[in-house]
Amino acid sequence: MLPLKLERLKYASGKLQLINDLSVTIGSPGTTVLMGPNGAGKSLLLRLMHGLLQPAAGTVRWNGAQPGNPVRRKQAMVFQRPVLLRRSVLANLEFVLQQRKLPVNKDDCDALLRQVGLEGLQDRPARLLSGGEQQRLAVARALATRPQVLFMDEPTSSLDPSSTAMIETIVRDTAAVQTKIFFVTHDIGQGRRLADDVMFMHGGRLLEYSTAQKFFDRPATEAARQYLAGQILV
Amino acid sequence: MHFMQDFGSSFTIAFQLVASFDPDLAEIVMLSLKVSLSAVLFSALIGLPLGAALATSRFSGRNVLIVIVNALMGLPPVVVGLLVYLALSNAGPFGWMQLLYSPSAMIIAQTILVTPIITALTREIIEQLNGEYEEYFKSLCLTRRQRLTALLWDARYGLLTVGLAGFGRAIAEVGAVIIVGGNIDHLTRVMTTAIALETSRGDLSMALALGIVLLTIALTVNAAVMMVRNSAARTAYA
Repeated sequence: MLPLKLERLKYASGKLQLINDLSVTIGSPGTTVLMGPNGAGKSLLLRLMHGLLQPAAGTVRWNGAQPGNPVRRKQAMVFQRPVLLRRSVLANLEFVLQQRKLPVNKDDCDALLRQVGLEGLQDRPARLLSGGEQQRLAVARALATRPQVLFMDEPTSSLDPSSTAMIETIVRDTAAVQTKIFFVTHDIGQGRRLADDVMFMHGGRLLEYSTAQKFFDRPATEAARQYLAGQILV
Repeated sequence: MHFMQDFGSSFTIAFQLVASFDPDLAEIVMLSLKVSLSAVLFSALIGLPLGAALATSRFSGRNVLIVIVNALMGLPPVVVGLLVYLALSNAGPFGWMQLLYSPSAMIIAQTILVTPIITALTREIIEQLNGEYEEYFKSLCLTRRQRLTALLWDARYGLLTVGLAGFGRAIAEVGAVIIVGGNIDHLTRVMTTAIALETSRGDLSMALALGIVLLTIALTVNAAVMMVRNSAARTAYA
């Protein structure tokens, strides 16, 4: 899949330039955290990378390939608000496996549910789970297809601390087995805990792309310094 | 006074008819159910996929089509009856099938009446659900067929009510079935046409008794569907 090459990417809604002339090449494995204030274009960029949205101009290339169905099938996305089917927990897992024509193996499903702390809940209606449990199921469902790239759009923004901690553990474990992760957050502490490298965005532009250590210790731009100091960027 | 007497005695008659398993009444009730349930079944086979397809596609003229389908929900039964009559009569294009004045003709007419209802209401329910699922399904690279199947299945409890609306329309209408069926005793007489006949003959008690039976059936079906829906709501599948 890698490197991911974004070239002169633009996306607009009406007259509003939401992504502005963004170019970057990402070749390193691990977890790339997208940070920046609200409205910076982080979620939008994730959708452009995954091919859910088409850029107005510019290109997205995954090792040279466009983000169409063949590329997208090797990727998965976890949304800010989990989209769960009106079925049981297990049926939600089986659904993705069946649609991808992957073998539905009870032991694998059990292992996945155990990994996200939902063991024993397989027959529960998915939408009766708590918010944290729902998001963990969404993560399990994304992992079920063994994606090479996993997009996570602020998956813990409205979750309790213990679910957040579980999801962060899963992210670290998953990144350790050669899955590239793009993780959107505006929680600076979470960024520090998860990031191998950071894309810092503001106003639809990519202001910085650097290793996590460099970004958090010596941010290159004034905007990033202010952001990390907890000031409001406008 | 007169009205109250009729009303009271018709309850008695209705009760006696039902309690004695009056074979004529049973025949009429069974034919009503057979015709209307068949019509709802065929309408669902057409309307569910059509409504779901309409809900999930974007093409020019889509809004016009939605307005038309919505408007067709109010098709006057007598007009449908007349059109089906013309199509099935000996001079009509389907006259060779010899279906006029048969239960089949009644099923065809009611299917035409109910299909727009099921299509329009399905479109509305599926469009709302699709708004929630669309991005996720795109992320999964589902084919159109996979998306529609999943949406219809996940909307299944909402769609029960759609079927109910269609059944209510079919079982209650008289204009279409009386034109294409002819209200022939032991062949095409259903509850609504029997009520119309008894009323015109002046046997108001009998007409009311049939009306009470009709209402009871409608109530029972509604209650059954509500029970299924409520149990689904409790398990958050609705």
